[in-house]
Amino acid sequence: MHRTGELYGQFQTLEQQKESATLGMWTFLITEILFFGGLFMTYTINRHTYAQVFAFSSRTILLSWGAINTVVLIGSSLTMAMAVWSAQVGKKKLVTIFLILTLVLGTVFLGIKAVEYHDKYVEHHIPGLNFDMYYCTNNPSVCHLDDAALAREKKELKEAEDQSGSQVAVNAHSQLFFSLYFGMTGLHALHMIIGAGLLLWLIVESMKGRFTAQYNTPVENIGLYWHFVDIVWIYLFPLLYLIDRH
Amino acid sequence: MTAISGFFGEVRVSEHIVSPKLYILIFAALMVLTGTTYFAAQVDLNQYFAALNIIVALVIATCKAILVILFFMHAKYSSKRTKLIIISGFFWLAIMLSLTLGDYASRSWDVH
Repeated sequence: MHRTGELYGQFQTLEQQKESATLGMWTFLITEILFFGGLFMTYTINRHTYAQVFAFSSRTILLSWGAINTVVLIGSSLTMAMAVWSAQVGKKKLVTIFLILTLVLGTVFLGIKAVEYHDKYVEHHIPGLNFDMYYCTNNPSVCHLDDAALAREKKELKEAEDQSGSQVAVNAHSQLFFSLYFGMTGLHALHMIIGAGLLLWLIVESMKGRFTAQYNTPVENIGLYWHFVDIVWIYLFPLLYLIDRH
Repeated sequence: MTAISGFFGEVRVSEHIVSPKLYILIFAALMVLTGTTYFAAQVDLNQYFAALNIIVALVIATCKAILVILFFMHAKYSSKRTKLIIISGFFWLAIMLSLTLGDYASRSWDVH
């Protein structure tokens, strides 16, 4: 049986029924916030301990892709919010259009993330696979380093080496940075992929005209999830890309 | 207010609908904050105050997160019960972060 928004026996009013759906979604999102919180703390402690190497590793990530992805993801939050609004005012066609736009922007985000991951593979920055922090200074043409960038990287690597003690230590500590980078952005990307799957389902259902002014709880709750994923990125972007640029 | 016919006749639901205008305004504010943090990160603020670059980046990120939670996620218009759940969740996160970081800061664990 399809739900259409009628009142179920365990609730006294529709308001109560709706509130309990929102409350349940938030409770789930709080468990998500807590486990991402653990990762953010691991990052904070290690960044503090290995400050120089983490700063150098962070600067090898292209800032422009991160910034573009921030704009893309916040844009997708706007289209998601507009999908919820369209459902609330009963504009069924607009719901589908805004959901499709959200899915497209989410896919663009994941595409850019794939390009970034590929860059890291080329630069030998994948922990456990081909990791070598000195690969780019030894093969500047592969990493597209011009003379100025090469001189700067060599100088920064030397400074990091002085602080850490040896090349082995620099590689060990920067591997820690990239493990956290791939762990955190990978977990975030997994949430995006799950979100994209949920959006696909919403799009199919909305094309059948299922979401109305009376019944739009799935759109609202998946919207909450999508905004939560946006918030995680709002913190990942400064911590991984921004704070060591100056 | 929306009129809905349920099992027990017509019921009215009060639901706050945020206008597209406000959504676009919030989006614009988020874009301005993103631009600000992008450019602020490329200036050496640490010379004025220790770790100022990190503080500025995290304060801006928190402003963005609050805007998303209040307006995109409708927390501003949700019931007191829902607000309580949201606030207690973040409060719990703050407890866990501060106690763990406090431990790291106050004991010599020699993690090198």
